[in-house]
Amino acid sequence: MNNLHQLTLKKAIDLLASKEISLEELYVQLNTQVSTLNDQYNIYLSQNNQSLETANSLANSSLKGAPITIKDNFCTQELPTTASSQILETFQPQFDSTVTKKIKEAGGVIYGKTNMDAWAHGSSTETSDFGRTLNPRNKEYLPGGSSGGSAAAVASDLAIAAIGSETAGSIRQPAAWCGAVGLKPTYGRVSRFGVVSMASSTDSPGPITKTVEDAVILFNYIAGYDPRDATTSKNEVPDLTQALNKEIKDLKIGVVYLDIPGLEKIKPIYEEQLKIFEKLGANVEIAKAMDPRYAISVYTVVQRAEVSSNLARYDGIRYGLDRSHFGDEAKRRIMLGTYTLSKGYADKYYNLAQKVRTLFIQDFNRLFDEYDLLISPTSPGYAKKIGASEGEAMFGELEDMLLEPSSITGLPGISIPCYRDPQTNLYLGLDIVAPMFKEDLMIQAADAFEKNTNWNSWRKDE
Amino acid sequence: MSKISQSTVKHVANLAQIPISTQEEEQLTADFSKTLAVVDELQELDTSKIEPTHQVTGLKNRVREDVVIKEQMFTQEQALANAKDTHQGFFVVPKVIDKDS
Repeated sequence: MNNLHQLTLKKAIDLLASKEISLEELYVQLNTQVSTLNDQYNIYLSQNNQSLETANSLANSSLKGAPITIKDNFCTQELPTTASSQILETFQPQFDSTVTKKIKEAGGVIYGKTNMDAWAHGSSTETSDFGRTLNPRNKEYLPGGSSGGSAAAVASDLAIAAIGSETAGSIRQPAAWCGAVGLKPTYGRVSRFGVVSMASSTDSPGPITKTVEDAVILFNYIAGYDPRDATTSKNEVPDLTQALNKEIKDLKIGVVYLDIPGLEKIKPIYEEQLKIFEKLGANVEIAKAMDPRYAISVYTVVQRAEVSSNLARYDGIRYGLDRSHFGDEAKRRIMLGTYTLSKGYADKYYNLAQKVRTLFIQDFNRLFDEYDLLISPTSPGYAKKIGASEGEAMFGELEDMLLEPSSITGLPGISIPCYRDPQTNLYLGLDIVAPMFKEDLMIQAADAFEKNTNWNSWRKDE
Repeated sequence: MSKISQSTVKHVANLAQIPISTQEEEQLTADFSKTLAVVDELQELDTSKIEPTHQVTGLKNRVREDVVIKEQMFTQEQALANAKDTHQGFFVVPKVIDKDS
């Protein structure tokens, strides 16, 4: 069989299980795709050269030895973990993150580690200390970020499925810009243990995949309580495969943020696509949500504050280089966070931001009294051109504006492709947000949309 | 509007132990003022009766048994594996006393 690198995770597992393909065929074809295209796109920072041997030893497991691509901020024993920073360029973890440990236990192979914004500080993958990643849908554009490498790997078929992490948009926004699926679980659903810490009160690991079903498969393996992360929830993890192929006619959907200035150009496209949900019998209404502009401010304060604390550990003594090696963006964030937490300013900035965070939670509670799900564009527009983030202190905040309210409140969300521009080949994403720990509801709607439209480039041939 | 001076930026750099050049000080002063101007928008909202949220899951004061988890322990070799400078099984640290700042 040819073009095995284009397989979805589900298809790869099925074909491996029925022995229609061998692990060797799969890995050889995927490796060929990577060696042909990786230099062009700058996606993988490191690759596991033992991956096929490891896979062969896992052939009878649940994931059948399938290759899983990991963002380079998850600690992995087989590969260095740099968070795309010069400081951690040679850091070789002596332990595994809970997410990668669980993937391995399920029979997945850590295939390679992907480029990202340095320390995950950004939304472009342009601030990586190891060069920018390009958008495989159109090389003149950025892949988004911070999980831009993982999204680009999936979009270019340099991966079967990938893992990213989101603090405010870092899974969903690159997935949208690259025409892939990005699932950000409820905060506390997936363990942060062994993930290079950024903003600990919002960091959420999650899958970036070709289809909703693939995202569900990985979610089921990585979710759940972890004694090593005291912020993980003991709530039972639903089997999200049960949410696939379901009718959505009882769902009440609120549409938010479409009337925000700057979205005029893409608004008609979304209005058209939202009709799909109506056709499938869901009740779709325009809902009025709190202005997401304020979430930019909350996030900016909270994220910088937590960054200044989390990045205090880089002293160049136990591991990594010393603090003179931080890039411009990291310096900017650490220092602004230090300032807003310092004596005399904590009330004015940090505490005020945490109060407005409460206002957002209250607003979402009000909306979810009325609606099962909230839907909006993932990003205010298409992917931006390369170079767009340079010299823009607030680039990420503006590109992630529509995702920040759900991030600071810990809600789960999923971005799925909902349009392709025929001129540029760039995609738009649809963000579906559910109440806390109700991932099953958003999967139900996302899966129905994906299967009733042609926007998913991997489903076309089915 | 929030104004931030170059001397404050210098002070903050020192608090955060980030070495920066004078040129960077100027650039960061401008960046911070720009960012804080956006943040100032929060003052438009009435938060007088609102409690802050630090944790969205509502979990509080989670404790665990203070036990040794063997599989999570590093050997001395593992603990030192990523250190730039070691001496007879110890980390070598820079001298911090007698420093001006």
